[in-house]
Amino acid sequence: MTRLADLAKLIRSKNAGPFWITFDIMFETDANFNRVAESGVINKEWISRIYNVSENEIILVNHPAARAIKFSYPRTKPQGNLGDPDLYAGQQYAPLLDLEID
Amino acid sequence: MVMTEHMKIYAATGALGMGFLDSSLERAVDWSPHMIGCDAGSTDSGPTHLGASLPKMSDAAIRRDLARLLTARDKLGVPLIIGSCGTSGTDEGVDWMRRITEELARELDISFRLTMIYTEQKPERLEKAWNEGNIHALPGAPEISAETFRECSHVVAMAGAEVFQKALEDGADVILAGRASDTAIYAALPLMRGYSAGPVWHCAKTIECGAVCSTKMRADGMMGFIDNDGFTIEPAALDAAATPLGIASHTLYENADPFLIVEPSGVLNTRDATYKPLGNRSTRVEGMSFEPKPYTIKLEGAVPTGYQTVAVGGVRDPLIIKQMERWQSEMMAQFAERALELFGLTLGEDLHIEIKNYGQNAVMGSDEVVTAEPHEVGLLFIVTAPTQKMANDITRFVVHLASHWPIPEWDGFISGIAFPFSPPEIDRGQTYRFALNHVIVPEDPLELFRFETVEVGA
Repeated sequence: MTRLADLAKLIRSKNAGPFWITFDIMFETDANFNRVAESGVINKEWISRIYNVSENEIILVNHPAARAIKFSYPRTKPQGNLGDPDLYAGQQYAPLLDLEID
Repeated sequence: MVMTEHMKIYAATGALGMGFLDSSLERAVDWSPHMIGCDAGSTDSGPTHLGASLPKMSDAAIRRDLARLLTARDKLGVPLIIGSCGTSGTDEGVDWMRRITEELARELDISFRLTMIYTEQKPERLEKAWNEGNIHALPGAPEISAETFRECSHVVAMAGAEVFQKALEDGADVILAGRASDTAIYAALPLMRGYSAGPVWHCAKTIECGAVCSTKMRADGMMGFIDNDGFTIEPAALDAAATPLGIASHTLYENADPFLIVEPSGVLNTRDATYKPLGNRSTRVEGMSFEPKPYTIKLEGAVPTGYQTVAVGGVRDPLIIKQMERWQSEMMAQFAERALELFGLTLGEDLHIEIKNYGQNAVMGSDEVVTAEPHEVGLLFIVTAPTQKMANDITRFVVHLASHWPIPEWDGFISGIAFPFSPPEIDRGQTYRFALNHVIVPEDPLELFRFETVEVGA
């Protein structure tokens, strides 16, 4: 079994303004991008389950020119609010690393 | 294809004060750009920079970059446009930058026409707009009421390209703006000269972070050549390249949607954009479009949320680690009782105490998927109270009670937390939260902005 971390050249999370978080999964080759995009493993149901966000709030797009898959959703706690654990939302991507890709 | 006439715009670096290579600026000057721009702010540093009007960059870092840019501008005789002064773009941030700019003009013995653009908003005006239904929530916005504007310590409005154009029409050589759209810094002049909105906004969006989208990913300069069919982008440093993949990828960065980029006057659509290599170091971009929309101006505001004191410690005892949750909920009940007794504060209402357990689930909280037991855990106590003195007083008994809180396995008085500092508590000052993610619909793009022009060094 191949993990997403083995196929991606960069997996990252980051604020998209203070009220949104966005995730970028980027690939070196078209082959790897197409393999993951076509596998459908990164889908709204999975994102919703792992990140406790409702599916209709998720933006999920493939960006072939950037060889990237991207998803975004409103932050549970806005950036810097009391209790926000991650000011830049930079360390929320870890669960993606072990996603199994056929 | 022979290039028709184009406009050259230069982004000196991603954020004023982050630095750039002297050789890059020299190369850009040889290139003769029609304008030099630099963004100096962002919300990305968090709400305290807006709430407390606190610049992220030091005076020294701003002076280093600005001295070089003022000198380059003097040599070229083209506009230098700086947006989001002082990180958050408050009036105080603009005045801070004005003072540094005027000092540098004296030291460098140069003269120029300087325009300040103030973007801070009075609550009365916003309350009126809210009551008239002219303020709208963006996706993910917090609930607000007419009172929210008064609760904010600062509210800034984000200036669009039209605001910079007004200053340029009035002959400004150097513009210091409060909160401004990063892209508007670069779009203002090309749009004034009649270039197509699609290439202009897409080029502006691509260069506003400087050279981070080049192969070198460092704080440095990026040059954009705009014509009516598209734009070409090239990093100023000769050891860096703009690759199609890197430039396409830049639409991902800090954007919720990579294809739709909202500006005050409309939406840039990059869905059908093509990215092609041009030589070894440049990328040519075409096929984008810009759809004009009813004019909106984004508002940003920060509300004070109490004073904070924190303490850091660590636990190594596996007997404590295996019952961390119960251990901490027990002590938390005692903290609540003591705070009520001493200060009349109610936990969860006017007092907040949080313990983040680094090594367990501090980073992802309830989203954490891993359940493995760590061999040591870092504890961060965060106490937020109405005054700094209360926050500090409470943290002092919190760390004392916590460090001796018993577990059933040990019979006797324990010391369960390793503190690295004496005293363990550290005051953090006033805290803030972002309170607005809204737009206001103006009658005129300029109506929320104030201009002041002075001749410097004349």
